Amino acid sequence: MSLSISLTINGQARTVVLDDMRVTLLDLLRERLDLPGTKKGCDRGQCGACTVLVDGRRINSCLALAASLDGAEVTTIEGLADGETLHPVQAAFIAHDGFQCGYCTPGQIMSAVGLIKEGHAQGDPERIRELMSGNICRCGAYQGITEAILEAQKAMTEGNRRDAA
Amino acid sequence: MSLENVPTQSRRHGSNAGQPLTRRDGLLKVTGRATYAADNHPEGMLYAVAAVSRIARGRVTALDVAAAKAHPGVVEVLTSANRPPLAHDPDEKMPPFGFRVEVLQNDEVRYAGQPIALVIAETLEAATEGAALLDPRYEAAEARTDLANGERFDVAVVGIGTPARTAHGDIAAGMAAATHVTEADYVTPAQYHNAMEPHAVVAEWDGDRVTIDMPNQAMALSCAAYAAYFGIPAENVLIRSPFLGGGFGSKAILNGPQILAILAARMLKRPVKLVLTRAQMYGPVGHRGHTWQKLRIGTDSEGRLTALHHHAVAATSSFDEFLEPSANASLPLYESPAILVEHEGLRLDTGTPGPMRAPGEASGSAALEVAMDEAAVACGMDPLDFRLANYAETEPGTGRPFSSKALRECYFEGAKRFGWAGRPLAPRQMRDENGFLVGWGMGTAVFHCPHFPAEARATLRADGTALVETSGADMGQGAWTALAQIAAEALGLDPDQVEFHSGVSSLPDGGIAGGSGHTASAGLALNNAGEDAIARLAAIATADPASPLFGAGNIGVVARSGRLHRLDDEGRSESYVEILARAGQSEVIGTAKAARDQESAARHAMFSHGAVFAEVKIDPDLGQIRATRLVGAFAAGRVINPRLVRSQYFGGMIWGTSFALHEEAITDRRTGRIMNADLAEYHVPVNADVPSLDAILIPEDDPYVNPLGIKGVGEIGITGTVGAIANAVWHATGVRVRRFPIRIEDLVIGRS
Repeated sequence: MSLSISLTINGQARTVVLDDMRVTLLDLLRERLDLPGTKKGCDRGQCGACTVLVDGRRINSCLALAASLDGAEVTTIEGLADGETLHPVQAAFIAHDGFQCGYCTPGQIMSAVGLIKEGHAQGDPERIRELMSGNICRCGAYQGITEAILEAQKAMTEGNRRDAA
Repeated sequence: MSLENVPTQSRRHGSNAGQPLTRRDGLLKVTGRATYAADNHPEGMLYAVAAVSRIARGRVTALDVAAAKAHPGVVEVLTSANRPPLAHDPDEKMPPFGFRVEVLQNDEVRYAGQPIALVIAETLEAATEGAALLDPRYEAAEARTDLANGERFDVAVVGIGTPARTAHGDIAAGMAAATHVTEADYVTPAQYHNAMEPHAVVAEWDGDRVTIDMPNQAMALSCAAYAAYFGIPAENVLIRSPFLGGGFGSKAILNGPQILAILAARMLKRPVKLVLTRAQMYGPVGHRGHTWQKLRIGTDSEGRLTALHHHAVAATSSFDEFLEPSANASLPLYESPAILVEHEGLRLDTGTPGPMRAPGEASGSAALEVAMDEAAVACGMDPLDFRLANYAETEPGTGRPFSSKALRECYFEGAKRFGWAGRPLAPRQMRDENGFLVGWGMGTAVFHCPHFPAEARATLRADGTALVETSGADMGQGAWTALAQIAAEALGLDPDQVEFHSGVSSLPDGGIAGGSGHTASAGLALNNAGEDAIARLAAIATADPASPLFGAGNIGVVARSGRLHRLDDEGRSESYVEILARAGQSEVIGTAKAARDQESAARHAMFSHGAVFAEVKIDPDLGQIRATRLVGAFAAGRVINPRLVRSQYFGGMIWGTSFALHEEAITDRRTGRIMNADLAEYHVPVNADVPSLDAILIPEDDPYVNPLGIKGVGEIGITGTVGAIANAVWHATGVRVRRFPIRIEDLVIGRS
């Protein structure tokens, strides 16, 4: 049995023929679509390394079956930068040393982008720390992560104001 | 003129070391373009999934291989019945880091989570299903899980080749001379590294050559070990490990599953990828062993130590030995006329432990620093004053001078920043505005300074840039950045002009990325290779009558900003580009092999030091504990990149917080299985668990540890922190907990 689904991945329309209904979105991206930037840390929704945006919302891609996502719009870490221009969250992670080994970083950044978009961060470090607690960083780069999100949120809010003006 | 006769003086001129540069690999890591082992996908690749034992001891009596093979997409099932031979006996150790491994050599089960089959299929989904269909049957024996039923045994060495027993002075006389003896037992649990990146391998054979993508902290040793297992020359093994998604000691040692995947690739003549599941990382890939420690501290009426006795029982597996060298934590820190440290082993039905971030130092410091707090209380002294009263000016027992030791500055600066002076001596004296109990505690941090032999190559190119190469690995410490800074300084270039290559075993051997020694070890090799390249360039220039540096060979030159300058007349200089162009050379190559000066090492005790101060807040009714503030002050020699060093200290302090309050593998005594082998139940700190962190970098000049003066910063942060938090918990509540992690029930029910 096979199923054909249509996805928009990082702005690109893709038609995927699934020969196996067990394929998760994470494994689809990594093993079948050559998008290995999204990482597998636990494969059961406990670590957040596989976080991507589906229709603008943060999800653990290891817990989503690809077959259930026909028509979805998916954004992964590979699709975040605008050409060579980094997304403000990406730039802030570098500036604040918000990572060490870098393995959880794609998930951290996608979670951060999602929560800023959803208006949750609101410049409050405590809220950010709580809302980012679904993303484990074993190296312990949490302080830099929190600072990076605060700065990126500020930059994005100011950018939006400028755009609106 | 020989090269040796050209004095060069590149160091600390035009230096970029010491600058807080951001990570050179940052762009790759934030865009998802940094390649980790499991991201590779060679043409025709198969997927392997390990099936692992659900019992802890016994044997496998049946596997439904037919069912697995019948599943669509399954290509092969490796079991002990059909596993092709290996050239090395997996039950033979391969020192220093080659432990006994489980590679389907027979049907015996030695721990839960041991590989009992490997299913290889066209897709990950098919391999996963195939492994589930094996439906293993077992003959199970009772599992040995604890001090109560494990087998005690005497040990001669602990850790990697460290004596299990060290005695200085007469411990009985020291205890007899004491006016008070503090005695207590401490228990630390089994902990698992849980690097975010699961252990992974992608193996591809070409005849008798194999390319292995895998996270690896010790490439040259691993090449030799894999070569032994597969009966090929070491140069036929190419390991690629540009990035590790966390190592913490777990990726320095060969494990069974990876060997099986490489074997399957050879057997099936196709590339094979194996990625362990999170649960499968709680068995064959090492852990920090369970310890039971006893401390006895004799003190006189002045609060000075008369005797320090640290005894540890360290758990290992039933079939191999890695003994957490916990008791050795009591050797380097406090002055005492008598010190005795000793270890015993305990065999349990677990996977073999291994080095895990600060192996021995972490668990030993946890016990020692709490015991010191208890002794301070017994003497009626402030814990910081008590430590200062027992400050070791030279190495306890041996009297050797320290190569450098700015611990006193760490104590003072840390205490000042934290506000320690306002601390009441008695516990349960402080509350916050919400009525929570507040406690302050402290601990001393210490870590030794290993130095691994390493090699490097530096190529100065005609365009004035350089390429520097060493095989060492970046697992988050910032090797790409710090090592490039060191090389750039030696070459008299800006780091931006230096291309840095590492992470492939075919490059000059970068030594081991572990023991907090990589920056010093690979850094010294890169420095020396850079100096060698500059010396060769200087030889060309000073011998060339057309050069303004002609004849400066005896006076010497200094390399700065891409130019060589006469030492006695800096106005006379020439650029690297000009020198190479006139010589008609496209490049000049410097090489180096670097190791520790053994004479200097024998004369000095070499350690990084620090002091950690902790605040906790505890709900007086519910016992809920939160670490709210940590201040660490560390002296670790020369700092190459303060931004990255601070991140290492933060990481270590978070690991210390985790040790004190979060992580523990819990074994089911009935089955010998770990009950919390996942990231939801095995607690590691998440963002909201992390206290406010402050790390103070205390300047320290060390002329002996190595020519660069670099110590190490990767592990020291975990030491000291565990005790500081535990002591803060006591200060908040008056309850002394001697078992880690400290839990709510310890405070509410008084478990200890």
